[in-house]
Formats: sequence, C-alpha cells, structure tokens
Amino acid sequence: MTQAPSSNAPGFIVPEPTARPGEAPDFSGLNLNPTSPVERPEPGCEASQTYPLANTLIRVLGDDNVASGPWDPKLSPKTLREGLHIMLKTQIYDSRMLKLQRQGKMSFYMKSRGEEAIAAGAGMALEFEDMLFPSYRQQGLLFARGRDMVDMMCHCLSNAKDNLKGRQLPVHYTWAEGNFFSISGNLGTQFPQAVGWAMASAARGDNTVTASWIGDGTTAEGDFHGACTLASVYQAPVILNVVNNQWAISSFAGIAGGQNATFASRGIGYGLATLRVDGNDFLAVYAATKWAAERGRAGLGATLIETVTYRADAHSTSDDPSRYRPREEAAAWPLGDPIERLKDHLITLGEWDEARHEALQEALSKEVLASYKKAESFGTLREGPLSPTPSMFEDVYAEQPWHIRRQRQDLGV
Amino acid sequence: MSDIKKMTMIQAINSALDVLLERDERVCSFGEDAGYFGGVFGCTQGLQEKYGKQRVFDAPINEAAIVAMAIGMAANGMRPIAEIQFADYIFPGFDQIVSELSRLRYRTAGQFTAPLVLRTPCGGGIYGGQTHSMSPEAFFTHIPGIVVAMPSNPYDAKGMLIAASESDDPVLIFEPKRLYNGPFDGDPHKPALSWSAHPKGEVPTGHYSVPLGKAEIVQEGNAITIVTYGTMVHVALESAKMAGIDAEVIDLRTLVPYDMETIAKSVGKTGRCVVVHEAPRTSGFGAELMAQIQEECFYALEAPIKRVTGWDTPYPHAHEWAYFPGQERLIRAMTETLEA
Repeated sequence: MTQAPSSNAPGFIVPEPTARPGEAPDFSGLNLNPTSPVERPEPGCEASQTYPLANTLIRVLGDDNVASGPWDPKLSPKTLREGLHIMLKTQIYDSRMLKLQRQGKMSFYMKSRGEEAIAAGAGMALEFEDMLFPSYRQQGLLFARGRDMVDMMCHCLSNAKDNLKGRQLPVHYTWAEGNFFSISGNLGTQFPQAVGWAMASAARGDNTVTASWIGDGTTAEGDFHGACTLASVYQAPVILNVVNNQWAISSFAGIAGGQNATFASRGIGYGLATLRVDGNDFLAVYAATKWAAERGRAGLGATLIETVTYRADAHSTSDDPSRYRPREEAAAWPLGDPIERLKDHLITLGEWDEARHEALQEALSKEVLASYKKAESFGTLREGPLSPTPSMFEDVYAEQPWHIRRQRQDLGV
Repeated sequence: MSDIKKMTMIQAINSALDVLLERDERVCSFGEDAGYFGGVFGCTQGLQEKYGKQRVFDAPINEAAIVAMAIGMAANGMRPIAEIQFADYIFPGFDQIVSELSRLRYRTAGQFTAPLVLRTPCGGGIYGGQTHSMSPEAFFTHIPGIVVAMPSNPYDAKGMLIAASESDDPVLIFEPKRLYNGPFDGDPHKPALSWSAHPKGEVPTGHYSVPLGKAEIVQEGNAITIVTYGTMVHVALESAKMAGIDAEVIDLRTLVPYDMETIAKSVGKTGRCVVVHEAPRTSGFGAELMAQIQEECFYALEAPIKRVTGWDTPYPHAHEWAYFPGQERLIRAMTETLEA
C-alpha cells in the first residue's frame, strides 16, 4: 500500500542552483574572495600543510590586473604572451569549429569558452614529456604542445586523414607523439588510469609526472575515489585536476555535492596535497601546476587541484543552457574572463596593446581558416572521403581473428 | 628443457607468474591480498618476497581502480597481471573493462594499447554461495577487443597465463576454483581427487606456452561431440565414461576467439553435439556456440544440439548440487541426443 507523504515529513533535499533562467545570477556562496593573501608552502611540504589551501582560492592576478603574492610565478612577458596566444587560439579555433558544426561539416563539437586558462596554464607549466590524461575541454593542451591544427581538424571532420580513423566523436583527440592520451567519452575513467601510468613512470624512474583532468560533476563517479585512493596509497607522481566549471550539462555543481564542501577538500580525506585555484587566472593555474609537478617529480606524491571556473558556453553542440541557467550568468561570473584578464595584465605591464591584440586575433583567424581549408581538402564526414571501410574491422585485436575477418567479408569489404 | 613437476593448478599459476616475473622486467602482479599474503588462494605466494614490492603488491579493494591502474601501466610499457579476488567481484571494474580496456587499441587507432592480464577465480562447487560461485564469462565474451579464456588443468593454466602475458591483446582468464587443488568429475560425495594422479598435473617448471584461440580434443570419440570448458571438461569425461558413450570431448580453453575449426570438424564427424557450461543458460556462452554450430554444421547434424548448464537462478548455497550441472544431467542430455 502506498501512502501520500505527510505534509510535515522533512523529505530529502534536492539542491537548487542560486539562479534559474529569468533570475539574477548569484555567486555569493562560492567563497571566491579570500581576505588575506594565500600562503605558498614549499612543494616539499607535508600534505597537511596544504589543507587550508583547499578552502580558500589561490589567485595571482588581482582585479587591478597586477600579479602579486607568493604564488606569482614571475613569468617573462614573452611567456605571458605565449599563454595569451594559446588561449586566444583555443577560443578562435572553438568558435570556427562551432560554426562549421552548425553548417553540418562535423557531427558534434565542444568548446572550452571561459576555461581556456586551465589547459593553457597547465600545458605550459608541464614538460613535453609529462603525460596528459585529459577530459574533453582541454584542447588548449594540444595548442600548448604545438600540435598541428590541420590534424586536429581532420580528426574533428572524421575524414580520411583523421588519425583515429573516424572511430571517435570529434574533440575526443588522441596524440601519442605529444604524450596526450586518448579522451574517453565515459566520464572519469582516465583519472585512475593516469595514476597507473604515473606508477609505471615512477617504477622506471623516468622523472616525468602525469596529469589528468575531470569536471566537478565527475567527482561523483567511483573512478574519482579510485584515483584518489591509488594516488594516496602509492604516492604516485600524478596531478589530479578537478575543473569546477559550475555546470555538468544541466546539473549545477551542487548535484555533485559542491555546495557542502569544496571539491579540493575531497583531497584532504585521502591525505593528498590539495590546492584550490582561480581557474580563470592563467598565472595561478600555471603556478599551481608547477608546484604540483615539482612535488611529483621529487617523489613526494600526488596533488589534487580544483580549478574554479565557469563554463561560459553550452556543454556541447547538443545542449541549450538557456533552458536551465540565466543567460547573464557567464557575464556575471566574478572571476572574469581568462583571456581578458591576461590581456589586461600584459597591457598593464606595458607589454601588450589593443592594436597588437587585434592583429593577433586576425592572424589566428586567418590561421584557423587556412587550416580548415586544408583539412577540408582531406574530406568531411558528410562528403567523404573517410578512412577506408575495411579499417573499421581493424585494431579490435592486434591481429584480426577469424570471426571479425568473416564479418568484414559479410559486409563485402 | 626444463624439469617436469607435479603441480596443482595454484602451483602452476604461481609458477607461470614466477617465470614471467623472472624473464620480463615489465611484468608486475597485484590484487587484493595478492602481495604480502600471496592471494586468498595462494596463487601469488612467495612472489613479493622474491621480486620485491615494485613488482608484486597489494591493491586497494576497488576493482575499477585495479583494472584502471593496470590499463595505465600497460599503456605505459608494463605488462601487468592483475588478480580480481573472485569473478563475482569483477563488476565494479566492468566499465573499465568494457569501455576502456577493450577499446583502447581501437579508439586510438593503435596509438595506445593495454596488453595486460586479468586473472580471476570463477565457478562453484566449493559451497561459496551466490557471491563466490559465479561463472560470468558470457558478459565478457560479448565485448569486442578482449580475449577470454578458461583453463581446465594445471598444464594449460600455466601455459595459457604465459601466452596471455606475452600477447599484445588484453586477456581475461577465468580460473575454475573448484579445479585449483584437483580435478572434479562432478560427484561431490567422492573423496577429493588430486592433480598428482592426473597427466595434466605434470607441469614443466620453466617457460612454455599454450596458444590462445586453440581448443583441445581431450578425448576422441565418434558418437557425439561435447563442447565445454573449465570444470565441466572433467564432468563431461566422467559422465561419458559412466554411460559408456563414445564421446569426443572438446575443451574449448579460449572462449574468444574460440576454435570453431576444431568444433566443426568434430561435429562433422559425429553429427551430434551437446554444449556444456556451469554458467546459467539464458544468453550463456553456450547459446553462441549452438548458433554457430547450427550455422556451420546444420547438414551434418542428426539431432538437435542440446545444452547442459546451470539454472537461471543465482548460485544457491545449500542447494549447490541441485544447481551444478552434474553427471546425471549430462548423461541424460547425451542419451537424448543419441536417441533423437
């Protein structure tokens, strides 16, 4: 027999974001404004010395566009301009790819608008030999490592030159030569794999670190717990990044428990070094990644980094965020736009100006367009040519077994 | 030539790991209780002491993490051999096996691979109840990209484990735990048998391998073909003997890719076939075998193919022997197939 709930039963809580469509954005609950400068313990410190850092926010670039505090990595203007270049390239690449997807040139696309500093900062702070286990919103890592843009586009177009032979959705890149692992569509699976990779590196003594990225929503997966447990138990040289961009498709971070504790503070329970970082601050992301890499390389174990940011655009081309969050939310994000912030910092330093910025934008737009023309010459998903049809039966096993060979013959290819 | 020693299946698996760890510095072995203690069944005993903690170690109780760690290590040049304590416990690692391990070569077009081995004890007959008795092989035979195998004796267990570790594909080996200490002919009331009296208990101490993908005709016969694997190989042999049936018994050994050539040749000769496994019937691996035999051997068949399996219930504790597809059920199926 079922019973209607009593009117005074407490029921359970389903968290709600602070604002839905039509309401005023409100980020007051996010603890984004530490009152005192955030300390920087040495990378060789006890993990417990980092615990206060899990509940504050590491920032280098202030609202006055000046870099300050113990976390300032004191980068040269040249390095800062390189960071800006990577972020801007990511943004312009993404915008063009989105337009092309809308024109039917590819099946699917995902932008990283608003989060460009996370991939650019980490990508520049790590060594090329360090292994990357990314999620699907860190294409900036590829730009930081100098991957050929035409190759990236050929993958997204699933054409005959796609290095994945048309087997993966667009943006699910793999680039072994660039030490960039395969991006899975299943969330969080790469996190514990990254620890295994790091353990093999440690066993070999190759002095590399491994970095991986997941989103705030994915911290709910068992693989997050598995990765933290492995990283803690085996003290693996791994950097576990949680990109808290506030939204997992339509579910706000509170649906992953983000309202009750910071994602960085999850690391405390595992005894991991933990940092909570302004993800829209290129310098802070760079500095935190350097710190964690130094710690890992010294054999002192793993670091969990929460980068606090905001997914300024849709989750993917299949998503419409206006149905679940205020349109004005991105503009109201208190940590600003990562590209604008680094640009303004460079201008404040006298190392950049609007004219140079516009010239760079124009040059990048041209580069993206020219790359696309070239990539398209190798085919598109709709028009072909694709990788040869028999290739869909290859690489299931090292050698094609009899039953798959027969199935290929059944298809007549 | 290496010496031959009498070994149980546990000793043979241990010997395979010893040989692999000795020969190939990329090999490492880990699992729950599989380091210092040497595994709940003792398969990894003594190995940590011999090869050190970087090679043989304890893993946290998280099968997804164990599989994922093995994937990461294998992709980074190692040859991990991970133990899942019971096949019944493998399911937390299922996503890592289905979505990651099996597809890594495919989705990266060969840029990354995960040549690793997962070993796990399966099957009943030890009063393990519903959480220590499963034969879940069919879930895994449905996944393109992994090799699935189940040895039935010490010689094969060692040779197949070595072949698996040397393979460039991920291999999942189910080890029938009822066979760990001796063959089992299906009669639970008899005193336990020992491998020392069995020819397959004679195992070379050194390196050798038993190829994956190849079945073995363990007994030649002309009246009927029994296609089976794991514990049921021994039950089939004894049942045919008891009933005086001239059965050809095929130990499949590898389930994917399975040795259809050997099966088709045998069924072509006998014209009758019974498929036997301990796992439940519906959507069991026997269904695949029957479908393929029907497709390839229809005109040679003189009777419908029958299967003998566990029931479509969880593996019961008290009624274990009513569940287990024992001699009586096998003899009935063989007799009916011969009379059809």
